[in-house]
Order: sequence, then structure tokens, then C-alpha cells
Amino acid sequence: MQFLSQLINGLQLGSIYALVALGYSMVYGIIMLLNFAHGDIIMVGGYLAMLAIGAGVAPAFAVMISIFGCTILAVIIEKGAYKPLRSAPRLSLLITAIGVSLLLQNLALLIFSANAKPFPGTSILPSGSVSIGGLSIGTTAIITIVVSVVSMAALTLVVQKTKIGKAMRAVSEDTEAAQLMGIPVDLIISVTFAIGSALAGIGSILFCCRYPLLTPTMGSMLGLKAFIAAVLGGIGSIPGAVVGGFAIGLAEVFVNSVGLSTWTDAVVFGILIIVLLARPSGFFGRPMVEKV
Amino acid sequence: MAQRHDPRLPILAERDLGKTPVIECKKLGIDFGGLTAVDDFNITVGQTEIAGLIGPNGAGKTTIFNLLTKVYLPTRGSMYLNGSDTRDMNTIAANRAGIARTFQNIRLFKELTVLENVLVGLHNKMSYKLPEAVLRLPSYWREERKTREKALDLLSIFDMQDLHGAKAGSLPYGSQRRLEIVRALATDPIILLLDEPAAGMNPSETGELMKNIIKIRDTFHIAVLLIEHDMHLVMNVCEVVGVLNYGRLIAKGSPKEIQDDPLVIEAYLGKKGET
Repeated sequence: MQFLSQLINGLQLGSIYALVALGYSMVYGIIMLLNFAHGDIIMVGGYLAMLAIGAGVAPAFAVMISIFGCTILAVIIEKGAYKPLRSAPRLSLLITAIGVSLLLQNLALLIFSANAKPFPGTSILPSGSVSIGGLSIGTTAIITIVVSVVSMAALTLVVQKTKIGKAMRAVSEDTEAAQLMGIPVDLIISVTFAIGSALAGIGSILFCCRYPLLTPTMGSMLGLKAFIAAVLGGIGSIPGAVVGGFAIGLAEVFVNSVGLSTWTDAVVFGILIIVLLARPSGFFGRPMVEKV
Repeated sequence: MAQRHDPRLPILAERDLGKTPVIECKKLGIDFGGLTAVDDFNITVGQTEIAGLIGPNGAGKTTIFNLLTKVYLPTRGSMYLNGSDTRDMNTIAANRAGIARTFQNIRLFKELTVLENVLVGLHNKMSYKLPEAVLRLPSYWREERKTREKALDLLSIFDMQDLHGAKAGSLPYGSQRRLEIVRALATDPIILLLDEPAAGMNPSETGELMKNIIKIRDTFHIAVLLIEHDMHLVMNVCEVVGVLNYGRLIAKGSPKEIQDDPLVIEAYLGKKGET
């Protein structure tokens, strides 16, 4: 029983990591950028939802405002900060992403101060629990898992079955060849950022409902964990991000449940180190072949 | 692609080289730093003409393909595609204006299936939007089915429709080359650029390819410009041949004229008497 409820806990946390990891993986797959500003998008999503609910907007609309806000913000960042550097060395792009991350954190610090703000999670997801055969499961956990699985299924459908998805896969394999086939590469990159951040926006709401405290730096740790999940699964791979997310979520919860909560992060990073030593390209990553 | 030939008419009689060339380059040139890779390049390719570009390694042949497809921007000169200036076009616009190519070292989307590779080529022909696809509206299904049929049709040119579910990277070499041609044709070009289409092929595959090049021209009524080292192919398939050496055209003419041109013989084929 104890095990099952911890399993559900782990799946809940894991599905949030997976949603965020997908954004990392998709963006890396398409422009080889580790978008370190991705975690801070989640923070912005949290504050947006808080402001909207504070202004009296219906919870459903507040959620939509938050997701939509994340999407728009990511596209603006992509157009403003990353697109001008498309032909620049990848290191410049990486440093720009760190710069954008710091900019967002400090803007939030300026606007909302460093004090943690309570997130009105209960007005978005009802806090109750369902009891199945003596096992009591929180509704938040159920909704989180269901919403994540549905979002991931929708993403898979888009990537596998639509022309945008095919174009995304084509661009991520060979941008120049895609361009020569008439694929509007800039548009496809923007769409990738938009989809990745919409997933992050969903993840943001679900995360804030579980840990209802907003701080300007809340995105960095969540972003880092999701990044590890993406690397673990094989960065650039969509199924990899999902598997990596669940693996990290479950590992964290089980380490906590055996009473080693101070060791959680160490275990997560340890897993990363061991996996990278054994399989440098992650569970699902394409092995890197360097041409000599 | 307003005017195309009536398929019943013989192609050669229809050729009208002077009036609407598919591609016209005027004094095209490009420098990389201090190095002049291509200079004073003039060429005209007529509708439904099969033209060849030959020359020793490093003569600038692939550079010219990159100029024509706007991968490189020319330092000098101008280029017209179907009569319109390409000065403000980028790679994507050039493709939409009717230029499609294959690559010397095959650049298929290897992780995608054969069918998906062709569908990527057909990307701009599909008109539904993302929400319609997510909601699975009838317009999505209609477009997808239509495009899928078109893609299978295109694959059937090379009898590859049964391979549609295979990963492109898993195909044998010759089939990968053929798939690249199909993918390029899917973008509905008026001129097809083939970069060493016979590279790595055995004589019987090359023979097949020669037939296919002519078949493509006759089926789609498009022009073909090819780079090739296989002289047998060039001399038998091309109607005009340009010879490039050190980035300059040193001769232009029919295969017969090229074979007899003393400059070409000296610079490219070797001196007379040697075999």
C-alpha cells in the first residue's frame, strides 16, 4: 500500500518532469540549443496564473492565459534572442540562453520580490482524494497524470501524423536539406518552441498545484531536473524525454520515502553520471558518430 | 508552372530555347575570401532540356548548384529562374519558384520512412492548419489522403511504392539515390538539379538511371541539369554540355562538339592519342 501510494506520487512528479523535458528535447533536436531559459518559462507561467486568479479570472481561463502566455513568451525569446544567432557558433547561443534565463529571473525578482508567494492551487485543482480499495489517491495526482499523458499523446500525434511534425523531424535531421525542399524552416522552429512551451505551461500549472509556492528562482531547479531527464532519455528524443522524466520522478520519490530526503538531488545527479558513463547518448539517443 | 508541353508532342520539336529559359545565369561569380570559386558563369537551360555540367574535381560544379539553389549568394552577376530575377530569393523561395536538387552525398531524412521523405517534399502542397490536424477535421483527412496518394504515385515512377514504410536510411544505396530524386520531384520543380546521380552505381544501374532521367523529363516536362563524372551517361543523355575548369566555363555545346573541342580534350579528357 505504502509502495503503491509512493508509486502514484512518483508518477505525478515524473509526468511533470516529462512535460518540461519534452520542451528541452524538442528544441535541442531542432536547433541543437540547450535552452536554459525553458525552466524560467515555467516560473513565468506560475506567476501568470497567480495574477490571473488574483484578478478574479475564472480558473479555467487563468490556466489558458498562463499556457498561452508561456507560448507567446517563448516565441518572442526565440525570435528576439535566438534567431539572430542562427549562424553563430553554438556556444554563443548557449550563453544567450543562460542570459535570457537570468533576465527572466531578475525581472521576476523586480516585479514580485524575493518573497515566496502562495499559489492558489486549490482553486484550479480541487484538493480531494479518491479511495480505491483502501488506497487513497489525491485528485491532484490523478489529474496531473491524466493531463500529462493526454498532452504527450497529442504531441506524439502531431509529430508523427501531421505535416508540421514531419517537417519538424526533417528539419531536426538536416536543416539545409529541408530548406532546399522548400520547408519554411524559421516557421517550423518557432512552432517547435511554441509547442515545447505550451507543454511547459501545462507542466507549470501542475507543478504549482503540487508545490504551491512561487519564487523567482523556482524554475531553475525544476528546469535542471527536467534537463537531466531529457539527457537521461537521450536529448532530442521525444520518447526519451518521457521515459527520463518518469525515471527521475520515481527515483526522487522513492529516495524520499526511504527517509533519505537530503540525498534526493545527489541520487538524481548520481543516476545521470552513471547513465552517461554507460550510455553517453542516453536511453533513446542516437549514438554520436564523429566522421574522421 | 503555367505552361507545360502537351505530352503527345515530341519534346525536341517543342523546345524553344531562346524565349523562356528555365534558368539563365549572367556573369555569375562567387568569391570565398580571396579565392574566386566561380567566375563569369553564363548558362541557359531551356524548358525540358537535359543539360550537363562536367569538369575535374574542384572545378566549382557543386558550388554552381549551391548558387542556383541560393545556398550561397553570388558575389557578382545575376540569375533568372523562369524569367524572374532571383536576387531577393532565399533557398526556400528558390525551391518554390521551381528549383529542386539532389545531393552528391545522399542527404535523405534517414530516420523518416520512404513515404515521409516524399511527404516532406510535398509539404507546401498541403493546405490544412495545425488545429485542424489536432482535431482531426475532415479537411485534414482529405488532404492527408490526397497527398499520400500523390506521394505513392511519385514513388511508383521508380517502382518504389511497396517500400513506402521502410526507413529511408535502411534502403540500399541505389534506392536511396532514386528516393532523393522522387523527393525532389515532389516539390513540383521546373528544373531538377542532379549532383552526381550515378556516383557509386554499377554499369547496369547507370544504364537504368539514364533511362530514368529521360523518363522523368518526358513525364514531368521539366528541365534537368546534372553534374556527372560518368562520360558515358553525360554524352548519351545530355543535349547540351558545359565544361567547367577552375571555376570558368571553358566550353559549351552539344556532346559531339564537346568531345571534339581541343581545349576540353586538353584540360579535361587528356591529350589526344593518350587513352
